[in-house]
Amino acid sequence: MNVIGTRTTSALLYLDGVHVSFDGFHAINNLSLTLEPGEMRAIIGPNGAGKTTMMDIITGKTKPDEGVVLFDGVTDLTRLDETRIAELGIGRKFQKPTVFESQTIEDNLLLALNVDHSVKGTLFWRGSKPDAERIERVLETIRLKDSRTKLAGSLSHGQKQWLEIGMLLAQDPKLLLVDEPVAGMTDVETHQTAELLKEINKDKTIMVVEHDMTFVRELGVKVTCLHEGTVLAEGSIDQVSTNDRVVEVYLGR
Amino acid sequence: MTPHVLTRSLDRSATVFLLIVAGLGVLIPLSNLLLPSGSMFQVPTYLVALFGKYVCYAILALSIDLIWGYCGILSLGHGAFFALGGYAMGMYLMRQIGSRGVYGNPVLPDFMVFLNYPSLPWYWYGFDMFWFAALMVLVVPGLLAFCFGWLAFRSRVTGVYLSIITQAMTYALLLAFFRNDFGFGGNNGLTDFKDILGFNVQADGTRAALFILSCLALIIAFLICRAVVTSKLGKVLIAIRDAESRTRFLGYRVESYKLFVFTLSACMAGVAGALYVPQVGIINPGEFAPGNSIEAVIWVAVGGRGTLIGAALGAIVVNYAKTVFTSGPLAPYWLFMLGALFILVTLLLPKGIIGTFNAWYEPWSAKRLMAESAAREDGVNEPNPAE
Repeated sequence: MNVIGTRTTSALLYLDGVHVSFDGFHAINNLSLTLEPGEMRAIIGPNGAGKTTMMDIITGKTKPDEGVVLFDGVTDLTRLDETRIAELGIGRKFQKPTVFESQTIEDNLLLALNVDHSVKGTLFWRGSKPDAERIERVLETIRLKDSRTKLAGSLSHGQKQWLEIGMLLAQDPKLLLVDEPVAGMTDVETHQTAELLKEINKDKTIMVVEHDMTFVRELGVKVTCLHEGTVLAEGSIDQVSTNDRVVEVYLGR
Repeated sequence: MTPHVLTRSLDRSATVFLLIVAGLGVLIPLSNLLLPSGSMFQVPTYLVALFGKYVCYAILALSIDLIWGYCGILSLGHGAFFALGGYAMGMYLMRQIGSRGVYGNPVLPDFMVFLNYPSLPWYWYGFDMFWFAALMVLVVPGLLAFCFGWLAFRSRVTGVYLSIITQAMTYALLLAFFRNDFGFGGNNGLTDFKDILGFNVQADGTRAALFILSCLALIIAFLICRAVVTSKLGKVLIAIRDAESRTRFLGYRVESYKLFVFTLSACMAGVAGALYVPQVGIINPGEFAPGNSIEAVIWVAVGGRGTLIGAALGAIVVNYAKTVFTSGPLAPYWLFMLGALFILVTLLLPKGIIGTFNAWYEPWSAKRLMAESAAREDGVNEPNPAE
């Protein structure tokens, strides 16, 4: 693990001066952002603002050209790969729900459990009672208990979103990165998802990227608006949505 | 937890498959050895050897299905591991010839005398001992697969690019083994075997024993594959096949999993090759031909990828067809037929023979089981209506 000597920040996630460009296109431009432990943060911003790229950087999929990305104040995430970062306790839900479609819901959760993930440990893995109970609890939370033996591929879009959130819960990370959790959901489902995330936030730090303003308002948390790879505004939803520059960016000049 | 209908029925088909293999493994040699020749039920020796060859192909197909069907690694060079296992066994068989060769040299095989080798090359040392050769049958293909996989998977070479470099690997080996100075008999390969563990390789009894051993190896290989794919590791393999990066973000080291299963598969292919060589009596660089590896992938596609049984069945069915058609007037057209078969299977039976059968049989048997349990419990537990 890459550990930097002394802890300089109390933040769980600390980004400072991050730059990424793809073939000359600056996807992330001097991005600085901090997330305190236990916080839930909503990230908004027009298409191409760099929201997903930011998540790619945090989870090790993309390496930044420059800048600092620290987890828990001491771990330099830019030097680690996806597997290592997941092991540290950062879970991610993708924009397009990504579940293992040809396997059952139960097996999807089993795969996500944060038990020994080594080849040997997995080959000789035997389910224990606490593991089964955890899967049970997650199934209950995501309301898929009755369809546990169904293939994940047979679920509706909204249910897949929930299953993926369930997989995050089974993974039991310290930090959850949730990319567009309510895309394609009905109003009722959106409301339920907001409740679910608030519930999860009681003991976990969450970063949510979402376009749905009603949903963001319902979460009632600090909002960061990104634009062209940099932070445009930060504050409560009311502050951000009345910010002149944010309005300009969303409505065009 | 309730046992899953799908796994349970698969378990049953696995048992049936194993019983059939074991049954044939006993009946065919018995009929060959005990019944008088000319009897209607006597299996002639040439057929025992032919069936033995099919069984070896079935093991090769299993090894391909394990990586392709379950982990999505399409190796178009698996024939290389098969051939390397074959060469390891061939080297042992060559050393067993001893002074009975044409040139009567007690140490050097005929081709080395012919090519003026002063002494046995170092890499031939130890192959006069069966245990060493048997070890090499596993180690050489396994080591090559490990090194190849380590480089390829760590650099995240996937999909068609991986398939192409596996082709290049087997082609490079083909060229190397063709060279006389490479030390493996050049384009003639290794042949004129005399005996194995003291038994004459041509004798009916030896052939029957080799057939039994091949069936046993198929059973063991199948059990290993089943153990792997039904473990949690098997679920991880399928996860990698279906959504590789998702699996990474869950904290699995994908390259280690691929490396494990690729190496295991190569060892299995090596065993298949080692059993193949004494039954066909020759191993030459032709076994490294890229076409062979592609043909083996077609067997798996025909039988049904990701079903194990289908892979073994596909290998036997396609090779039986090959034997029938290449010995008749249609012989020149066999490759066209093979190509057509591949296209037809891809278009009409994308899941292969077993996959299509399962898709038809499972919902039917699941419904029946549900109806039975509903009837037993007097309709108290109403089953969920099937979608």
